[in-house]
Amino acid sequence: MAIDIQSLEFRYDRSGFRLRVPELSVADSEKIAVIGPSGTGKTTLLKLIAGILPVATGNVVVGKTKLSELNDKKRRAFRIKNIGFVFQDFELLDYLDVSDNILHPYRISHALTLTRAVRNRAKFLANEMGIGSKLSHYTNELSQGEKQRAAICRALLTEPKLILADEATGNLDPANKERILDLLFRVIENSNAALVAVTHDHELLGRFDRVVNFQDFINDR
Amino acid sequence: MIDSFYIAWKYVRYNRIKTALLVASLVLISFLPIALHHLLNKSEHQLMSRAVSTPLLVGSQGSRMDLVMNTLYFSNDVPPLVSMKTAQEVMDSNLAGAIPMYVRYQARGFPLIGTTLDYFDFRELVIGKGRHFVTLGECIIGAKVAKKYNLKPGDSLISSPQNIFDMAGIYPLKMRIVGVLQKNDSPDDTAVFADLKTTWIIEGLGHGHQDLGEINDESVLLESSGKQIRANAKLTYYNEITDQNVESFHFHGDTEKFPLTAVIAVPSDVKSETILKGRYLADDGEEQIVVASNVINGLLDNIFRVKNIIDAVILIVTVAMVLSVILIFMLSLRLRKREIETIYNLGCSQMTTVRLVAAEVILVGIAAAFLCGILLFWLNVVSDDLVRRLVVQ
Repeated sequence: MAIDIQSLEFRYDRSGFRLRVPELSVADSEKIAVIGPSGTGKTTLLKLIAGILPVATGNVVVGKTKLSELNDKKRRAFRIKNIGFVFQDFELLDYLDVSDNILHPYRISHALTLTRAVRNRAKFLANEMGIGSKLSHYTNELSQGEKQRAAICRALLTEPKLILADEATGNLDPANKERILDLLFRVIENSNAALVAVTHDHELLGRFDRVVNFQDFINDR
Repeated sequence: MIDSFYIAWKYVRYNRIKTALLVASLVLISFLPIALHHLLNKSEHQLMSRAVSTPLLVGSQGSRMDLVMNTLYFSNDVPPLVSMKTAQEVMDSNLAGAIPMYVRYQARGFPLIGTTLDYFDFRELVIGKGRHFVTLGECIIGAKVAKKYNLKPGDSLISSPQNIFDMAGIYPLKMRIVGVLQKNDSPDDTAVFADLKTTWIIEGLGHGHQDLGEINDESVLLESSGKQIRANAKLTYYNEITDQNVESFHFHGDTEKFPLTAVIAVPSDVKSETILKGRYLADDGEEQIVVASNVINGLLDNIFRVKNIIDAVILIVTVAMVLSVILIFMLSLRLRKREIETIYNLGCSQMTTVRLVAAEVILVGIAAAFLCGILLFWLNVVSDDLVRRLVVQ
């Protein structure tokens, strides 16, 4: 799913932080890495692309959908159906086992329907990620790498055409980073999805199709 | 909403201790006031129904409450005693029927009531199994006594000694059970009934022993002069009345002076009742006559005064606990702030969280209601006995 950003401006009222992205495009199936110093608005950009934050000025078009024309409810429905979000801190729920965590989006949204096929896909993804034997475990019984793999399974379950990863490997040791990226890239390539990944790991950049440096944008504090 | 319940169920199950505390709090909040009202209503019903069906009580001067509670509900507090003469005087007045009551002893923990067969007609008690007592040493038992110890006609029951350290005191008497009363949801269900004379034998006013004239063992005899024969302590006294030894039982002294705890007076009409009451008005009289329902009304007034205080306390405690429960849920929401953000980032509305918390509240509420229901069911089963123990006795 392609992304086209033109003349985007966003400002947090409280902190006064301003993000300006004059132009940014991501092609279908393209894998880009977003780098830059902390506090330059990388996570904010992902939230704007995901529709978590509303676009006030400029245009953000994801696929054929212009996000600024959608209200909050429509943006949420669009997000849950089309975008898979992988968080740095995994954001798994401690009171659910791995299986329920992966299926969680289907249980909390009316936009998705939990079917047998979805359950089978959850098992398939878990096996692909190497956590098939951990489905009935609680998250506090998992290693960091296993938690991130569970979080990736959750993000991929809806078969999104766009994956947004916010420092998805930031909490992992080097061996796990490589392994998880391998798994993520393999699944994404199989589904022809685009990937926008915020990262600080410069040694991983060579694996992406393109790198966007946020220092190229002029952002104010 | 089904998925919300699924997730809420997972949440409450994972947070077992918090859930258990919440459920326990809610059970207490709901059960306490309901249970209190239930017990008070039962108390009122039990006390009043018995009192209004008992017109007048004649007893010795002293606590009116003890007199009523002992005679009607067989409480352990024995009022000052009157004598059989009191019952005779009521009978002789031709103003009322007299049912003598001697409620002083116990048998296997149940009150042993010495009375006459008139008591059973008066209370409309029906024999379920067996027959009424007709001779010394026979007794009939209430339905719950029979059920508790699986007793039936033909079995026996031993009266309880009043004080095991009093060697010269009351000796236990083995009584034959000849009948079991039908259940009638009153204190009669948990009582043992015997003829007055049987209770006087337990008291030691009458006894049975070997016939001194037929004793072959000379060592039993202390002195023999003409018709008078005196025996020593070797003489065998019977602690069970059988067909063989019943003839040997006899009383020493004037039976008119034998003790009673009260006399139930059943006036033939209102005029007779008024005249009878008038006879006991003298301040210096040794006896008093009381209208049981008046005494019970006074007791209930006090109980309900206390109930109002308890109600107020429970209300305050309930408000405090409800506020605590609300606080717990609010703190829970704060703890789940990150979860709320996550599900919003995934694409759900914040109302989803409200739905999840609502489902959690409903699950906790259902669990509390279920437990409260079980407790109330249990309370309903035991409330009769509980009221008797807590209020009556």
